[in-house]
Amino acid sequence: MSEQAHISIRGVTMAYGARLIQRDLNFDVNRGDIFVIMGGSGCGKSTLLKHMLGLIQPAAGDILFNGQSFTRANPAARDAMRRSWGITYQSGGLFSAMTVGENVTLPMQLYTNYSEAEIREVVDYKLALVGLSGYQGYYPSEISGGMRKRAALARAIALDPEILFFDEPSAGLDPISSSLLDELIVQLKESIGATVVMVTHELPSIFSIASNSVYLDANSKTMIAYGNPRELRDHSDQPVVRQFLAREASAAAENAQ
Amino acid sequence: MSHSDGMNSTAPAYELIEDAPHALRLALTGDWVQAQAIPDFPTLRSELLACSPEALTVDGSGLGDWDSLLMAFLLQCHSLCSAEHIPFNAEHLPGSANRLLEVATAVPPHQRPQEARAPLLERLNPVKALRALWRDLRESIAFLGDLGIGLARLVTGRANTRFSDFRHFCYQAGPNAFGIISLTSILVGMILAYLGAVQLKLLGAEIYVADLVLIGMLREMGVLMTAVVMAGRTGAAYAAQLGTMQTNEEIDAITTMGVSPVEFLVLPRVLALLVMLPLLTIYADLLGVLGGAIVAGGMGITMLQYVSQIQDAISLTHLLVGLSKSVVFAILIAVAGCRSGMQSGRGSAAVGNAATDAVVTAIVYLIVADAAMNIFYQQVGI
Repeated sequence: MSEQAHISIRGVTMAYGARLIQRDLNFDVNRGDIFVIMGGSGCGKSTLLKHMLGLIQPAAGDILFNGQSFTRANPAARDAMRRSWGITYQSGGLFSAMTVGENVTLPMQLYTNYSEAEIREVVDYKLALVGLSGYQGYYPSEISGGMRKRAALARAIALDPEILFFDEPSAGLDPISSSLLDELIVQLKESIGATVVMVTHELPSIFSIASNSVYLDANSKTMIAYGNPRELRDHSDQPVVRQFLAREASAAAENAQ
Repeated sequence: MSHSDGMNSTAPAYELIEDAPHALRLALTGDWVQAQAIPDFPTLRSELLACSPEALTVDGSGLGDWDSLLMAFLLQCHSLCSAEHIPFNAEHLPGSANRLLEVATAVPPHQRPQEARAPLLERLNPVKALRALWRDLRESIAFLGDLGIGLARLVTGRANTRFSDFRHFCYQAGPNAFGIISLTSILVGMILAYLGAVQLKLLGAEIYVADLVLIGMLREMGVLMTAVVMAGRTGAAYAAQLGTMQTNEEIDAITTMGVSPVEFLVLPRVLALLVMLPLLTIYADLLGVLGGAIVAGGMGITMLQYVSQIQDAISLTHLLVGLSKSVVFAILIAVAGCRSGMQSGRGSAAVGNAATDAVVTAIVYLIVADAAMNIFYQQVGI
């Protein structure tokens, strides 16, 4: 790796008290990657994402952003690092008491010195980017699930983030909406030059947009594959990973358990 | 995205150049980034419309750094052009800016359907307000009806009500409320005693403070104060619980399991309050009389005098008047709370509204019912 990795996971062990979730995770997310964290249900994908976001402290190991430790950073430094991230949560995480427009406005009011008029214009633009132009006055409860996800994406890109985190972006969406969302993620990523990290097990989106990935195994409680998912599907030395990516519920998978 | 260090950045600006008759070129120069004075779009808008162009080309060849502010400006240009049917072109824009503009303009803006606002006079129409009140009342009655059906099924042993739920809600509404009920009722007893003491002293009849406190607590204040506290405590909790369940689609799940949510969720809550409120009222009455004794002691009335006066004044009728009120109040609080919760919208704001609604409705119902029952008892001479 010639250039410095954007995010580095170094020897991270995750545990809830005495219950081990995953141990010895070591991998890099490179700048400009669309990086997918995948694995079967209950393997700790979302937990890993929460560790990367600093919502949970790792039991051991370190997480570095741009070579700078996030785990050991003080709260002020953490907040500063988080400001260059955009995050969308599994169910959107929109504030239900605020309109879509106010949801996107909030981060700008907090962290930019835009004027009121500028904020309004930029909010209009961010919502147009996700195809929600004209929905400023709607409450999250008044729009569909797919629109909520896109509104959450508009809020995530409000501050032109360097890293975009997604927790199951296409969960609960129909195939068309979910492929449109994938397309949007790729377009946004290319034009704003962000690194994308997402947790998903939607194979179509993994193959269509991911450039790199890690596979967390629930049985051995560690990562067992790292690389481009298309290559992993065909050439991984781990049968479980090949089956996961080829969507085979074969006897071999049962045996592996 | 590019960043400037602020030192050698140039102010953002635009220039409108007429390339050919009615074909305008919008030349952008400078750094269009945060902390720079970004040109005002309305100014450009009026300049542009004054020329009534037949085509607009945005030229980004003189552009320095840029961020979302430039994109917001370009998007407004684009929207204006499409609204005015002016062909819009972009030249020499940075590649990513072009792509972003394409993404942003891919979906036409949504037009919110205009809701016809009723004229002022119509909104002030008292008939309409009365109708809304009537509808509200009817819904309450319908809810009471559902509750009655549920209760009938419970009595005949066919209802899906779990005893463990009932026990749990009893605990929440009863023992958990002891602290706050103790405090409020002792204080109310003392307040009653002070209130009477000043007036009775004028007649030299201080000893009747005991009668005043006893009758006041038993018939009125004990039950009313307890009910108000429980409306804020338990009524709001019921609304918030059921509202959150509505948000999580738990109530839908219960309905589709073939279980009536009224039987499963509302009945145990109503019954728990129905059992606990009279008990709390008796407890509050006792502590209120005790509070009165403290004040009476301060006025020079001995404990023995106070107690003997109480013995003379006490009658089962006063206690029963208070308890009959507590039964009615319990139903009102529980129904207001559960109804607000069941009819709550989805989302955190809606649950908050449901809780507020529950408390406000319950307190209004309480006071109206209290007044009505007092008039009734007065008329029949109890």
